[in-house]
Amino acid sequence: MADEPLVLGIETSCDETGVGIVRGTTLLADAVASSVDTHARFGGVVPEIASRAHLEAMVPTIERALKEAGISARDLDGISVTAGPGLAGALLVGVSAAKAYAYALNKPLYGVNHLASHICVDQLEHGPLPEPTMALLVSGGHSSLLLAPDITNDVRPLGATIDDAAGEAFDKIARVLDLGFPGGPVIDRLAKEGDPAAIAFPRGLTGSRDPAYDFSFSGLKTSVARWIEAKRAAGEEVPVRDVAASFQEAVVDVLTRKAVRACKDEGVDHLMIGGGVAANSRLRALAEDRCERAGIRLRVPRPGLCTDNGAMVAALGAEMVARGRPASDLELSADSSLPVTDTHVPGAHDHDHVHEISKDNLYS
Amino acid sequence: MLLLAVDTATPAVTVALHDGTSVVAESGQVDARRHGELLLPAVDRVLAEAGVKLDAVTDVVVGVGPGPYTGLRVGLVTAATFGSALSVPVHGLCTLDGLAYAAGRAGLQGPFAVATDARRKEVYWARYDDPRTRVTGPAVDRPADIAGQLAGLPVVGAGAVLYPEAFPDAREPEHVSAGALAALAAERLAAGAELLPPQPLYLRRPDAQVPKNYKVVTPK
Ligand SMILES: [Zn+2]
Repeated sequence: MADEPLVLGIETSCDETGVGIVRGTTLLADAVASSVDTHARFGGVVPEIASRAHLEAMVPTIERALKEAGISARDLDGISVTAGPGLAGALLVGVSAAKAYAYALNKPLYGVNHLASHICVDQLEHGPLPEPTMALLVSGGHSSLLLAPDITNDVRPLGATIDDAAGEAFDKIARVLDLGFPGGPVIDRLAKEGDPAAIAFPRGLTGSRDPAYDFSFSGLKTSVARWIEAKRAAGEEVPVRDVAASFQEAVVDVLTRKAVRACKDEGVDHLMIGGGVAANSRLRALAEDRCERAGIRLRVPRPGLCTDNGAMVAALGAEMVARGRPASDLELSADSSLPVTDTHVPGAHDHDHVHEISKDNLYS
Repeated sequence: MLLLAVDTATPAVTVALHDGTSVVAESGQVDARRHGELLLPAVDRVLAEAGVKLDAVTDVVVGVGPGPYTGLRVGLVTAATFGSALSVPVHGLCTLDGLAYAAGRAGLQGPFAVATDARRKEVYWARYDDPRTRVTGPAVDRPADIAGQLAGLPVVGAGAVLYPEAFPDAREPEHVSAGALAALAAERLAAGAELLPPQPLYLRRPDAQVPKNYKVVTPK
């Protein structure tokens, strides 16, 4: 098996058509076509629009990635693709393309987990992942704390959001404030000019009897909306910058506090943060600060690798090849609710007993 | 010439190999929910039956619909990816044209119509003067709204079977076959005709609910 496998990865779980190419832990190409602008006027990702855009962008994005990497598809050691979780129709475009590509080139195919890919992408930035790695994944679709002893076949969920994802809360508050979609970047920008201590918004699930690693952002969202409505009802101007800063502080305070606690409880000295919300500057700064005080090394990929992309899928695919994990078969299907414990989807005749290993320490 | 044809625009997942003269091997399965799983294994079976490898294929032909979206895209993206990987041309054909051509082979001369299931109580349909000549459509409509203008015409395809009140004279075949699609493509290519680009005929705009203004949460 190649030490530094050359792998092409395809990601279509949401609104980005991503194709990445890596050699081992080295990034060679990261081509992305996004349909985010088309969704903006709807205030959220419209699944059918995303699927149509994936079909249009798929082959051109593969060809662009190959050109960018300067390699021939014949030299690839494998093709990997996000098999789930994600939007069913969107995933299916990528999975179908990956299967056709792998079949046409006679290369092994690896259907991999989107969340595990978000963690694995950091290998392209900071080298091989320590084992185990603690990961905090935060985006518009997920907010989870994951313990990963082996990113290719053992990822354990410690906690997750019980209602909204963190990124969803950013989008909703941005909508209440008429700031447009997506909400993350604009709130981050406005918050820099606001006072994070101006308004004491609640920190969800931080009571002593609450689950230690789960998150809840729905109460926070309601509380912020109510505060804004009260201002408006009183005919007062809404201090948008202070609201943005105080809301953002409430989110990142809980995220970092719980992540650091999980590291301490599990005796893990590394914390990886990934997903679109990892691009948030305040989250990065506060995590840096708290990790340093706790003696934890923080690993956060650059923003372009935190959002959905093909490179992360290629990174995990390369690790699958390097560790000799079984390939998927031609029946591989997209699974919109693929559990995070299924780091990949091996073929029916070639199981490696992932489930037996990871039952220990499973959260729900 | 070795054509590989696929069509996933309808509940049928169908694949055929055509050598320019006749169909060499063909597969057809009807399962509206498993296009993604079934297509590649079917391609593999058809090639194995013909005893050739994919890289022997000179042209890819794909049914571009109209069809319900999710399944339709499986065939289109598979065809486009094969085309890119093998550096061979990818040709599109209207799926309803394939059905019309197959009806002709089964003895129907025309005029007639073709109708497939568009779900939501609608059909995708087109009207033909003869098995090779489409004169109206494709379009998507409620059966009752087009029953009048198609009165007296035989109607080919699952759309006719589903709505016997609107289309009393249903004719075979019910399902699309890639073999017919490939034969039609081979005929048109040999005649130097242009086929369609391999792009989907959705005939409907995406369902895009614009989220309502955010809900007021303060109790009244
Ligand atoms: Zn993601």
